[in-house]
Amino acid sequence: MLTYAIRRLILSIPTLLFISFIVFMLLQLAPGDPMAQVPLTVPPEVKEKMREALGVGEPALVQYWKWLVQVGWIEPKVFIDWLTRDTFLFGWLPDTKLYNGELRVISWQTRSPVMDIIIQRIPQTLWVVGIAYIVAIIVALPIGIYSAYKQYSTFDQAGTFVTMIGFSVPPFFTGPLLIVIFSVSLGWFPSIYDTTLVVDSWANFKLQLQQMIMPVMVLAFQITAQLSRYMRASMLDNLNQDYVRTARAKGLSENVVVWVHVLRNSMIPVVTVIALGIPSIFGGAIITENVFKVNGIGQLLITALFANDLPMVMTLTFIFAVLIVMFNLIADILYGVLDPRIRYD
Amino acid sequence: MKLKTLMLGAAAAFAIAPAAFAERGSDGEVKIIYWQAPSILNPFLSGGTKDVESASMIIEPLARYNEMGELVPWLVDEVPTVANGGVSEDLTQITWKITEGLTWSDGTPFTSADVKFTYEYCTHPEGGCAQLTKFEGVSSVETPDDLTVVVTFEGPTPNPYGPFVGGESPILQAAQFADCLGAAASTCTEQNFNPIGTGPFVVTEFKPNDVITMAANENYRDPAKPAFATVTFKGGGSAQASGTAVMETGEFDYAWNLQLAPDVIAKMEEGGKGKPIAGFGPLLERIMLNNTNPDPNLGPDERSVIRPHPFLGEPAVYKAMSMAIDRPLLVEIGYGQAGKVGCSWVPAPEAFASTFEGCEVQDLEGAKAMLDEAGIVDSDGDGVREHNGVPLSIVYQTSTNAVRQDFQALIKDWWEQIGMEVELRNIDASVFFGGDAGSPDTFQKFYADVEMYANTFNGTDPQAYLGNGLCDKAPRPETQWQGENISRFCMEEFDALHAELSQTADMAERQRIGRELSAMITDNGGMIPLVHRGRLSAHANSLGGVVLNVWDSELWNVADWYRIDM
Repeated sequence: MLTYAIRRLILSIPTLLFISFIVFMLLQLAPGDPMAQVPLTVPPEVKEKMREALGVGEPALVQYWKWLVQVGWIEPKVFIDWLTRDTFLFGWLPDTKLYNGELRVISWQTRSPVMDIIIQRIPQTLWVVGIAYIVAIIVALPIGIYSAYKQYSTFDQAGTFVTMIGFSVPPFFTGPLLIVIFSVSLGWFPSIYDTTLVVDSWANFKLQLQQMIMPVMVLAFQITAQLSRYMRASMLDNLNQDYVRTARAKGLSENVVVWVHVLRNSMIPVVTVIALGIPSIFGGAIITENVFKVNGIGQLLITALFANDLPMVMTLTFIFAVLIVMFNLIADILYGVLDPRIRYD
Repeated sequence: MKLKTLMLGAAAAFAIAPAAFAERGSDGEVKIIYWQAPSILNPFLSGGTKDVESASMIIEPLARYNEMGELVPWLVDEVPTVANGGVSEDLTQITWKITEGLTWSDGTPFTSADVKFTYEYCTHPEGGCAQLTKFEGVSSVETPDDLTVVVTFEGPTPNPYGPFVGGESPILQAAQFADCLGAAASTCTEQNFNPIGTGPFVVTEFKPNDVITMAANENYRDPAKPAFATVTFKGGGSAQASGTAVMETGEFDYAWNLQLAPDVIAKMEEGGKGKPIAGFGPLLERIMLNNTNPDPNLGPDERSVIRPHPFLGEPAVYKAMSMAIDRPLLVEIGYGQAGKVGCSWVPAPEAFASTFEGCEVQDLEGAKAMLDEAGIVDSDGDGVREHNGVPLSIVYQTSTNAVRQDFQALIKDWWEQIGMEVELRNIDASVFFGGDAGSPDTFQKFYADVEMYANTFNGTDPQAYLGNGLCDKAPRPETQWQGENISRFCMEEFDALHAELSQTADMAERQRIGRELSAMITDNGGMIPLVHRGRLSAHANSLGGVVLNVWDSELWNVADWYRIDM
């Protein structure tokens, strides 16, 4: 298993290089101009000078190489410095001071290091999307299990109906709908997420809960729909297997049959689906974040796309690529751990 | 922690002095929402409205425009003019006298050296300064003493109020930005996010593309202002959401630039928590007529380069096209109270605005008669008129935007009624306005017969904007398709008159020439004005002191804002 993991890790390096190169070239080919949002009153010569100052005119391969060095070599140095300087975990180590002023990946919109902005945005995304994911898992699994066990019952039919709605109604509809109901009419929750709120008292914690409820509900609704369908299908597969009949025949109680035998076997594909979905937490939920003004990673990506801020888009997509590759590996390994029949060596 | 202390301080100040009306920081917090989020607080590096306006609360120019479009002294004693001796007789020099005793928010004195530094910062060849045009024609900036700034121009400049005037040209602190000249500008994150200014507020925390928190400037020149102790400046979302947040839920106090359908605004106003306010600058929605031939069969060096257009140069055609348009209906459908009928290329200031007969009424029959009279008739019976055998078939393009697509549909219908054939196209705004010379879809390339967009100018003097009609400003392959003369309008008389304008200092005479130039373009088939667009913003009923200013930053008088007790 260990050699397998190491082999996969090494193999992921060329994969990621290839992904980054393709993404970079696609972005180069895409139409658009970082100066598009500058007002028309700024003349073209001035815009050209601004582009030069950003380094837009350089040959594509030179730009790619510079970006690669910045992301692969300079940013890790900054990160290690930060770890040994400011964190509790590694703060006891001597300050490494590896970084000495080289040019980092600079956003074209803000002229500041891309990584600093990403670090600033991650907490919002993790709070909202992460909690939505956890809520969805907690809700979806029991629904899936029960609907499969009582297939075609009223509960199953109702569950199918609700999940179909969850699948088919997009968040740009449910989001504003919730805002109209709970913010405009009832006035219970704020329609705009306050990213400056620091949770340091019970009152602020309550405010944080209030502002998180709506985005979490919208997201959890969607994820629940997907997960509960997976859970139901996987349970149904197993409930009709011979070993279930055997278990019942030898006199095991229904509780033991369902919760121990069937559930454990049904969880194998569901766990992989959950693991594979984790990168999407970091990717944020572009639409939901925008609707509720949760300024997280998804909102960052979409504004960067609109502004043609290539270093930002490039770095974000690359981070997503890394996460997806990593979690694919984790899912594969988990699969082996959960199912003894699968051996990688 | 810092923020919390400040908030506590603000809360304490609020609790102790509720009765004192005119006292700094007595009114607690004001919350502003811009649906485009500020990315940087240095307007010299961005040029985006969101960045210029958010920064205008912190850094300020020497003089700025008020809501009437008049210059008002800001960091100086008076606005220099020829009459008061501040501008030299030959119009080549302007002398600013800085108000005595001004300090930056860090307590250090504000001097002429800072002003001179700002000039050097923006004009550095490697800096990529977005406001370079403000310093066009400046040959030197001198500082005879700490409070005097002398700006010398290369030639006579009738309008010397470019440098250091208006929200786009504020003064940076020399001490803070000393190491940020030229190529280093981009690496000065700390400076660009937390500029030290003379304005009513200072940055507490800046989260790019998200939120800015500010606190009252302890060293602000008026000890009684600003009334608010803190500001939360949220960015992002949509115009719809920010309108809701101010007028329906009351979460925010001020929402910027609500480009929404009139019925949507009316619905929000019913929420009763706030009200919309409109102001009119020189923003004009117009249809540009291509004076060159956009035939797709022409090669890349000829398409939209060679003159003339097969039929759009014919006075009967472009006049009939203009007559067929029902401008009041367009205003009603697209802009409501944020629009007026547009009749002039320069719709504001009023003194520069021309008009033409029949601008406000639609006359489909008259348009048909005019085409008939000119012999442009449908000779082959396909329902489309021909001019010299070429059918009046046009491609009408614009950027993707709900209002623009509504306009396209209406105007297409009217033009088809007078016997034209119209094909519609819409292009994503980032491509259309992107200026990428390699793309066939930019508005500069104009690979269509007519196109619709809006343009405006900064400040109150339209000279540079009127220059957009000069022959040599036409985009073409030699200029990498850059240039402001989008319709490729070209007329000797126009060029000559514009040269005269740039030599004229007398205001009344400038206005007369301006009106004439503006009328020349509309009368000779350069463009069809449609709607004079205003700016619509909204403020909470409990927010007082708001004066919507379209000539400068909308937040120009934020120091005077206060809370109305309700």
